[in-house]
Amino acid sequence: MTIRRPANGREFLAGAAAAIGVIIIVVAITMSGRSVALLNVSYDPTRELFEEYNQAFAAYWREATGQAVSIRQSHGGSGAQARAVVDGLEADIVTLALEVDVNLLAEAGLMDANWRDLLPNRSAPYTSTIVFVVRAGNPKNIRDWDDLVRDDVAVVTPNPKTSGGARWNFLAAWAYAESRSGGDEAVTLDFVRRLYANVAVLDTGARGSTQTFAQRGTGDVLIAWENEAHLTVGEFGAGAFEIVMPSQSILAEPPVAVVTRYADARSTATVAEAYVEYLYSAVGQRIAAAHFFRPSDPDLVDPEALAAFPAIQMTTIDHFGGWAEAQPRFFGDGAIFDQIYLPAP
Amino acid sequence: MSAEKAFIPPDRQRPTEAPPAARAVSLRTRSPVTEAVWVRALLISVGLAFVVVFLLLPLVFVFVQAFKLGFGEYLAQLSEPYAQSAIRLTLLVTAIAVPANLIFGIAAAWAIAKYEFKGKAFLITLIDLPFSVSPVIAGLVYVLLFGAQGYFGPWLAANDIQIIFAVPGIVLATIFVTFPFVARELIPLMQEQGTGDEEAALSLGASGFRTFLFVTLPNVKWALLYGVLLCNARAMGEFGAVSVLSGRIQGFTNTMPLQIEAASKEFSRTAEVAAFSLASLLALLALVTLALKTFLEWRYADRLSSAGQSH
Repeated sequence: MTIRRPANGREFLAGAAAAIGVIIIVVAITMSGRSVALLNVSYDPTRELFEEYNQAFAAYWREATGQAVSIRQSHGGSGAQARAVVDGLEADIVTLALEVDVNLLAEAGLMDANWRDLLPNRSAPYTSTIVFVVRAGNPKNIRDWDDLVRDDVAVVTPNPKTSGGARWNFLAAWAYAESRSGGDEAVTLDFVRRLYANVAVLDTGARGSTQTFAQRGTGDVLIAWENEAHLTVGEFGAGAFEIVMPSQSILAEPPVAVVTRYADARSTATVAEAYVEYLYSAVGQRIAAAHFFRPSDPDLVDPEALAAFPAIQMTTIDHFGGWAEAQPRFFGDGAIFDQIYLPAP
Repeated sequence: MSAEKAFIPPDRQRPTEAPPAARAVSLRTRSPVTEAVWVRALLISVGLAFVVVFLLLPLVFVFVQAFKLGFGEYLAQLSEPYAQSAIRLTLLVTAIAVPANLIFGIAAAWAIAKYEFKGKAFLITLIDLPFSVSPVIAGLVYVLLFGAQGYFGPWLAANDIQIIFAVPGIVLATIFVTFPFVARELIPLMQEQGTGDEEAALSLGASGFRTFLFVTLPNVKWALLYGVLLCNARAMGEFGAVSVLSGRIQGFTNTMPLQIEAASKEFSRTAEVAAFSLASLLALLALVTLALKTFLEWRYADRLSSAGQSH
């Protein structure tokens, strides 16, 4: 039994759909007409750094040009952030963890393939390295990588399959074992295998690992970014944690770049370029150092601020033939990490 | 016969083995429809412990953490620009998504309950789709459709329309995941009510729209309110789908759940308070929704279950 022609039901549906369409279009138009501002798409550990830098840059830019600039920030996992930019998140600037993530943008045609050569120090205004965080008083007496394979030590580090930072941890351990064994791959492999056998919790990201170690109280040593280590000690007080510098580590060079295609389309290229260049200025370098990233030009920073960065022997990613070679060799499916890390049954 | 016997529970298969005296005693001391005191106590305490540990404790913990550094800090964190914008965005998205699904839900339920047409079963399945699809997938599908590399990406870019990584995308994703709530609440009730009232109204000369407004709608108003409440709670709390296509621009495309996640990743005591103060707002909202829902159930229980039949 029908009350009216069935077509009425359909008309109603069509009308409703049209109403929603109109709402969406109206919102879309309002959004597309929004005022122009810079968008910096970054990764998680730089949140605090850029909060401060953005204010400094805005002040500098207003003084230099009289133009007011507001900077928006987006933070997330480095790989996921790169993916979002490729999918249309219109970043004027990216400040990511890994070169491969920015290469992803170049491959999508968002910037020139030679982006790494456009800024000093291979487009890395600050660098970082991998250090250890131990509990106050260093009860397990952890001094170097060798102590991490001891039977009585529980290690916390994120999963290299999901975390960019964790790959640096892995490669730092590998480089140490390699130089100790004189390049014997079997011995190196065994060392790293024993280290990962000691891992108590393998979180998906660096921040998660830090929280596991510092807030959940799991493990004896956290392998962490240098800036993350200082944040941990700073937040919980030196009475709770200590930083241990291993004898050898790895130099991480988180790159910055202007996403030229989006910046050109939004007519923000000039200010976007100034934004990344200002990172190399004395102000930019000082802010980086204050957030425990190693300045690329230490001469611009007070010697006191540099005391936090003791010189240690550092391997670079080039030692592994760059990320293009290291990624498939160590972290591809069935590659070295998959072979050595077998979750406890 | 042997098949039938196999279905008898093992403890009832050999009743003769129990001593007759013991059976007589147990029969005298408790009624056959109740359990022994210790069994009841055990079941109740297990149930209660479960509720306390898994529901009540986390809820209390949210508020404890939110007020850890005092009420002043709680308010300060809530009035932070990023928190404010997250609250505003969540309210805006909900204000669009809930009315949209209200209209969709009524239209769909009306079509399904009052009319016969081909593909009705398919439409019902389609309405349920958001319940069975993971919200992350829902978000990804919109990225694949409207993203720069997606099907409509180039056209949208050429016309300078931003859908994903902006408010429209968040609204779309929220509408998608909250789609079934209103319709699902209305369909069974409207089907049960049948078309009798409408036929009466029409035969007395009311127009179709008038019939809908004065007969159909009043019959379902409590179920409708109920559906809207559920829809609203979910719209405000949605994380998965929104996180995929929000772009996480602080102060612009971070909804409350996203801002909670961002703050929880930040590494300071105040950030923790920031995360939990926003979480407490969401929890408070859920509690209000729950209270309203309970009130509706208590006050209008009969009308919620079979509103139309009392006419």
